[in-house]
Amino acid sequence: MQNISDIISTVEFNHTGELLATGDKGGRVVIFQREPESKSEPFSQGEYNVYSTFQSHEPEFDYLKSLEIEEKINKIRWLPQQNAAHFLLSTNDKTIKLWKVSERDKRPEGYNLKDEEGHIKDMSTVTSLQVPVLMPMDLMVEVSPRRVFANAHTYHVNSISVNSDYETYMSADDLRINLWHLDITDRSFNIVDIKPTNMEDLTEVITAAEFHPHHCNLFVYSSSKGTLRLCDMREAALCDKHSKLFEEPEDPSARSFFSEIISSVSDVKFSHSGRYLLTRDYLTAKVWDLNMESKPLETYQVHDYLRSKLCSLYENDCIFDKFECAWNGSDSVIMTGAYNNFFRMFDRNTKRDVTLEASRESSKPRAVLKPRRVCAAGGKRRKDDISVDSLDFTKKILHTAWHPTENIIAIAATNNLYIFQDKLNSELH
Amino acid sequence: MFPKGTKRKFSDSGEEPAVSGDEPAPAAAPSAAVRALTSAYSLQRQSLLDMSLIKLQLCHMLVEPNLCRSVLIANTVRQIQEEMTQDGTWQIMTQALAAAQCPTDRLVATEVLCRQTDAAAQAGQSPKPFSVVGLEEGYHAEEVVMEGDVETEVTMSTLSPVSPQLSSASYLAGTFGMGPCWEEDEDDDGECEEDEEEDSEECVSEGEEGDRDHLSADSRTGEQVFGTFEIKHPAPPPDPALEELFSDVDPSYYDLDTVLTGMQSAPKMGPYDLLESLSSHGPTALSSSSSCRSDLNELDHIMEIIVGS
Repeated sequence: MQNISDIISTVEFNHTGELLATGDKGGRVVIFQREPESKSEPFSQGEYNVYSTFQSHEPEFDYLKSLEIEEKINKIRWLPQQNAAHFLLSTNDKTIKLWKVSERDKRPEGYNLKDEEGHIKDMSTVTSLQVPVLMPMDLMVEVSPRRVFANAHTYHVNSISVNSDYETYMSADDLRINLWHLDITDRSFNIVDIKPTNMEDLTEVITAAEFHPHHCNLFVYSSSKGTLRLCDMREAALCDKHSKLFEEPEDPSARSFFSEIISSVSDVKFSHSGRYLLTRDYLTAKVWDLNMESKPLETYQVHDYLRSKLCSLYENDCIFDKFECAWNGSDSVIMTGAYNNFFRMFDRNTKRDVTLEASRESSKPRAVLKPRRVCAAGGKRRKDDISVDSLDFTKKILHTAWHPTENIIAIAATNNLYIFQDKLNSELH
Repeated sequence: MFPKGTKRKFSDSGEEPAVSGDEPAPAAAPSAAVRALTSAYSLQRQSLLDMSLIKLQLCHMLVEPNLCRSVLIANTVRQIQEEMTQDGTWQIMTQALAAAQCPTDRLVATEVLCRQTDAAAQAGQSPKPFSVVGLEEGYHAEEVVMEGDVETEVTMSTLSPVSPQLSSASYLAGTFGMGPCWEEDEDDDGECEEDEEEDSEECVSEGEEGDRDHLSADSRTGEQVFGTFEIKHPAPPPDPALEELFSDVDPSYYDLDTVLTGMQSAPKMGPYDLLESLSSHGPTALSSSSSCRSDLNELDHIMEIIVGS
């Protein structure tokens, strides 16, 4: 029986790709570490094994509103590594926490006052002094909470992003974005506030936000109306006025009652170069050039066959699913998830795309993934094709991550994590 | 996952006007407006409106509802409302409702009409009228249909005290038992929210306290989201002719998108005024048997409450 708490809610590689963190609905974080490649066993090189598991958040109760605060981890973001320890930020709907992950592989032995089991020695037996020495021990990974950033969000936190200055980070909820200093937990600066005076006038919310990878003064946030706003923190303390507004004009012929819902941006990611933005809305993934606000540079159809099913998807709430998207290390390929445990990759240069499935049946270790195809109902159907009406909408791949430099991807399929490696083309080109 | 919807049937198919681009002037004879009301587009639009209003009301009571989702649904409601205002059907609807006699003590236990296609329904649940805002018996109120595994597929509405609709007999009993518990929590009509919503209007509702309790239970999430959900004088459509017209309607959701075209901008109107005039006045049956899903986690939680653990 499936344990609901194990549903993975976020996946993130660290900056070197050595570590992969997942957060789940039960508030736990599991960190995987890549085994170093060894010449003696060529096939076990580069596999990810569990490194550490800890409980990040617990369910809470808001007594004022009589509502539960879910412990589900919405996002994890790693800090760039500065010493032997690793640091990551994890957040649920309300509280962000900074965790320190460190290794201990030595311990001191030879104490004067206590014996090996830790009992205090009988002083009469101590006849000489010794200096304790550090002896190797089995590797232990210790995780400790270093900071708790609480009580700064009235609404649900959907994004966190570490700044390139490595000193600050931002957290975004539905209506506000706050800027924090990593060392200061009792204060944060509000840098974006789109809450209207009268909540009845509310028509738009913030859906995602991210700092520019190189310019520590720039960040972007997306909205439920399909707009992206690039903001410059140097311009004003409160960045309600955007520096740039990215919005694609609506196609009047395609207008329907669902147009706005499917235009809502569920995820936004800067390219590694910092020159482009990748956004995901319900049916498409778009690449934007920061220098062109009027329309996206490229638009990729993720599952256009759902366009005629929007009403059903509205009825069962699937239309509100928030899919994430990812760049590969060289910004040449983008990836995003879909239904039926399918995920899609689009090569921006060759314009080729592929649909793959993350499932136990179709993936054995080291097997090559077979491309899948979805055909419209009633259309010409090849063997192994799936018809739109047979898609399983409970199997959705919302969270995906791409290794920062290599062709390794992590796919979260409900409560299973899949890690795929492209051994043939390990080097990105 | 998406079985095809049943074909719709009209009693007066001969009178069906062209779907798109046909806007009877408000000043035209009532028959023109009625024609508009019976057109495929209008009926499906009405279904969408009803569905949206249900979604807004039936939010998770345990955890704070998703603000993004609520905003998107409210915007959809607003769009429909604007369009209906544009082509005059809105006026017809509100007039009909205003003219109606509306007993205020009508809202009772909330049960939902289940389709007989559902196996569990056949197992013995008799169809009951859906009365979020006090529809009377005899209406072809909204049917929220469920299919598939009883254990895993539950409509969203199950989690709401308003419509504890479950196809499983055991669940049904349980959620009915739930009703009073939830109502107790929600009996402060005057309860307005915290700082962030201090500027919103008060969620005062007129009429019977009993009704208000129940309605404000659902509107609480609305309050939290938007500050005001005014539900006044829920009234059934008084016109038996209309009722008869709609009785055979079976909109197919698959066609909804192809039928719905051309949004027109209209003067802004509060979407929550809709609840005054009542979503379910236009009784349309939802033929789609696709299920609304809900969190098993929440279901577990509810079961815990019922069981008393």
